[in-house]
Formats: sequence, C-alpha cells, structure tokens
Amino acid sequence: MTKNNRIIYGLILILGIAAPFLFPGFKLQISFMWLLVVLALTWDVQGGQMGYNSFGNILFFGIGMYVCAGVQIGMFFPLAEWTASGGEETFVHTPTQYFQGFFIGLILSGIVPGIVAALIGYGVLGLRGQYFAICTLGLGIAAGEIAGGIELIGAGQGMTSPPWPKNIGSLELRSQFFYYLCFALMAATFLFLKYAYQTRFGLVLNAIRDNEDKAEAMGIHTMRYKITGWIVSACFLGVAGGLMGNMVGYIEPVEIAFAGATFGVFMVLMAILGGKGTLWGPVIGAIAFHIFKEGFWTFFLGWQYVALGALIVIIVVFFPEGIMGWLRERYPDKFGETVDESDIKAQVELK
Amino acid sequence: MVQASIDGVLLGILFALIAYGMALQWGVMSIINIAQGELVILGGYVAYYMYTAGIHPIFGVIVSPIVMYFLGLLLYKTIINKVINRDLFFSILATFGISILAQQLMNILFGSDVVVAQSNLGTTFLFDDSVSLPNAKILSAAVGTLVAIVLVIYMKKSKLGRAIRATAQNARAAKILGVDTDKVYSSIFGINAALCGIAGALISITFTLHPYVGLPYTVRSFMIVIVAGLGNLPAVALSGMGLGVFEEFADYIFGTEFRIGAVFLLLVFVLVYRRFKLSRKREYLK
Repeated sequence: MTKNNRIIYGLILILGIAAPFLFPGFKLQISFMWLLVVLALTWDVQGGQMGYNSFGNILFFGIGMYVCAGVQIGMFFPLAEWTASGGEETFVHTPTQYFQGFFIGLILSGIVPGIVAALIGYGVLGLRGQYFAICTLGLGIAAGEIAGGIELIGAGQGMTSPPWPKNIGSLELRSQFFYYLCFALMAATFLFLKYAYQTRFGLVLNAIRDNEDKAEAMGIHTMRYKITGWIVSACFLGVAGGLMGNMVGYIEPVEIAFAGATFGVFMVLMAILGGKGTLWGPVIGAIAFHIFKEGFWTFFLGWQYVALGALIVIIVVFFPEGIMGWLRERYPDKFGETVDESDIKAQVELK
Repeated sequence: MVQASIDGVLLGILFALIAYGMALQWGVMSIINIAQGELVILGGYVAYYMYTAGIHPIFGVIVSPIVMYFLGLLLYKTIINKVINRDLFFSILATFGISILAQQLMNILFGSDVVVAQSNLGTTFLFDDSVSLPNAKILSAAVGTLVAIVLVIYMKKSKLGRAIRATAQNARAAKILGVDTDKVYSSIFGINAALCGIAGALISITFTLHPYVGLPYTVRSFMIVIVAGLGNLPAVALSGMGLGVFEEFADYIFGTEFRIGAVFLLLVFVLVYRRFKLSRKREYLK
C-alpha cells in the first residue's frame, strides 16, 4: 500500500464515521448507499472479475432478508402467528431478545445464502454466457414468485421485521446503529475483496473470465473457484439483505426482497456505470448512481421506473466501459500502463 | 385432465409463435430480446383498444402486426443496431432496459388493471360437456398455425427469406456477396415485432393482459428455443405445445399462485439438465 492510498483510505474512514454527524438528515440515505456499494461489489465478483453476468444475485439478498427476520422472530415467538397478526403489536421483543435475535439472525443471513449458493452453484455455474444470465434471471424471479405463495412468511402481503425495542433510546439511536452496521459491512466487503483479488483466487477468477477452457487446461479446477466466488458473493449479499430488511422494517416478496426490477438491476447497472472488473469501479458507480437517483428521482415523480429503463439503455448503449474504463483510457499511466504512441499509430482498424 | 391438455396445446401454439420470433433474432442477429414479452403485451393492447373503440378485436390480428412492425423498426434504428456487434450480455441488458421502460410506460398509459377483450364467439363443448372450449381459443390457435405456415413458406421462397438465411449462416460472407445485412437485421426485428403483435392480439381475446406479465412470455419463448434449437420449426411447435400442457398441469396441481414460479423453475431445470447432459462429453451450451 503506497502512502497516497493510505491517505485516501483514512479520508474515507473518517468521512464514513463522521457522516451521521455531518449530514444528520441524510443518515438513512447514506446507509442505503453503503448497502448499494455492497450490492455492486458482490455483483462484480461474478460479472466483472469472473465474466459470469448474473441477473439473479438478488436471490441471496432476498433469502438473507427472510432468514434474518425469520430468525429474529422465530427465536422467541411463533413465526406463523407473527405474520398472521400482520405487524400488530401482539409480540414485543425486549432489548436483550432483540439484539440476541438480530446478532444470530445476521450471522445466519450470511451462512444460509452461502449454503444455497453452494448447493445450486454446481448446476448453474456450469452454464456459460447468455445461458447463465437467463438462468439466473429465472432463479431470481422464481424465488420471488414462490416466496409470494408461502403462508408462513406472509405470502404476497409480506411480513414485518421486529420493530426497534421501545425503552432503550430514540429512533435517532436506531438509525445511527444501522448506519454504522452498514458502513462496517461495506468496509468488510471491500477489504475482503481487495485482499481476495490480490491472491491466487483473484487471478483464477480473471483467468476464467479471459478464457475458461484454457484455465481448465492449465489444471485449475475452475468449478471450485466459481462456486467459491459465488458463495463469497452470497454471504455478503445475504448480510446486506438482513440489514436492509431490518432498516425498511417491512418485507415484501416481489418489491423488496426479490426485487429483480429494482435492486437486481441496480447492482448490474452500478457495476457497469463504475466500470466492471475493477475494485473501485463498483464503489464509484454505486455512489454516483445513488446520488443521481436520489437527486433526480423527485423530478420524475411517477415516471421513476421509466427513467430507470431509459437510464439502463443509455448506459449500456453509450457508456459500456464505465467511469473507471474512461479514466483508464484517459490517464493510462495512472493505472500503471505504458502507451506506445508509435504502436497506436501503426495499428490498422479492422472491420 | 383432458381439459388441461387441450388448453395447453392451444396455448402452446401461441407460445411457439412468439418463440419463432425469438429464434429468428437469436439465430440471425445473435441477440436475445428480453423485451419480447413486452412486445407481445403491447400488441395485445393494440387489439384491446380496437375493442374499446367498438371494432371486433379479431381484426387486431391484422392491425396490430402493422403497428408493431413499425415500432420494431424504430427500436432497431434507435437502440438495437448499436448493440448488435457487441457482447451478448449487452444486448440482454439493453433489451432488459427496454423491457422495464415498456412495462412502466404501459402501466402509466394503459393503467395497471387486468383487461380482456371480449370476443363473444361462444363456446364449444366436447366429450359430453366434460370439456369446454371457447371458440376464441380454437380460432386463435388456427390463426397462429396459419401465420406460422405462411412465414415458413415465405422464408423458403422469397428473396428476403433467402437473404435472411444467408446472413444467419455467415453474416460477413453474405455482406461480401451483396446482401444488405443491416436491412436484413432491421426487417427481422420488424417481422419479429409483427409476430409478437399477432400473438398479442390473439392473447388479448383468449387470455388476459396486464402491463407486468410480459417477462414470463420472454422466458417461455427462450425456453422453447433452447429445447427446440434454432430454426427447427416443427420442434418449436412441439415444445411450445409441451410447455403449454406443462403449465396447465402445474396450474392444476400446485395452484394458480405458483404457475409463473413453475415456469421460471422449469427454465432453470431445463438449462441445468442440458448442461449436465453436455458436460458428460465435456461440452457446454453455446
């Protein structure tokens, strides 16, 4: 790590810790932003580094959300009665119960999606290119449809996650609590991926992206690495889902948990906007996307999703390299690349 | 049971029609169009609005493909021709964007109600009244079959059909030999949109329309194409019918709320099954 980088990381750390005091009004928004960064980063493990463009990572997000809320409630109260009462205050968590449940729920919301990823990984990750994309799209939507048919978790109406216990502090404390959890999750994801990309694991993922057959011929068990990569994504995404479920306070199968049309696309879009296949790209993309979204959404009142569709088309058609790709082209020496001018001149464009 | 099978076969003919359009784009342009289902629903709305204007919705079969053809051309000129030479993923994502755009536009313009165009064609009863078939379903299946036959003959005999087949085999060689591939692509996209328009008009009289039900049609046609292969029309028709029957039975056994879920799960199973079968020979789906 060079000295320059250390300053950047320190600045981000200070900003991240101080943000709730600097912008108290935007605490919830910034928490969502960190979660979106997690979403983009974990998508990029598949989409950017491994070359497997997944549309269904939202599956793990939703599973994590349901597992976390389910554990939190199910540890102390009968789950079916909770969902049946539809958020009426029949059952109240004491603070100890709340935090115990929350802690165990968050851990399980990381583990369960990881297990699901491991189980389906062998089948699904054997598909390539467009088949993988469509298959995961199907998985994500099927999960939403099926969750909408299960009575135990509230079917189509959804369920509420446990409310913040009453006698331990104001709602201000609640948002601060969740803010720091989100920030910690983002930092943990980022640092873990930064470390992982530097190891053999990261090299293998890139080898798979560049040419899977050759990687296999070199003696790499590509399937193992692909599944490991998916499990990593699933764990962090699951925890993000568990946090999101608690922050929103209300879990609905198609619109919030398995929201293929919003978060499911956002994560792809953010990673592409930032520049896929880079470590910083998803972070920058997510932050830019979130600021753009929150800043301009109000102008498109009622037309937000139309704007979203248009945005997807515009980014994909006109800006597929992303911000990092553009920077790289502009300032190649900053990325440790040397440009041979005479080589560029000598190149003949092939059509 | 007989009811479910017959319903499934009649429904499957419409699926096959949509899937044929999908196969055309995929085979010739190597584009996977996620917005396929939305084109179908849009075509259906054209017929529905004719119905509300007092014209019998069956004429939508004539009007809606014409409208959709030009819409398809417009889409091609503005968006599709920019992603056509890129990685398949970009075409998937771009058409996914179009799909969201179209869904939401339809939601705003046409409202989020479930609508159906009443055709008032009566019902036929078979097997001592144990099976009831609305005449509209029979008619739509007949029209679907007719369109498919006409299309196949057109592809075999006409000049454009020959150009399309040449482009599918080798776009570069076709270009060298004087085929205007850009024109071929745009006409394919138009023809596909028109096919979707016909299917949509038929769906509007036999089933229901809703802005958000487009994606299942895309997935169904994708599944049919995977099972049947590109450019194999009898197989497309057969697997379309098979899918229709599967759906009616899934509806019957698991209940209507799991119907769409069953379709998407079947897609995953079909893909994973194909992958395991091929991996025995160390191959993969291409």
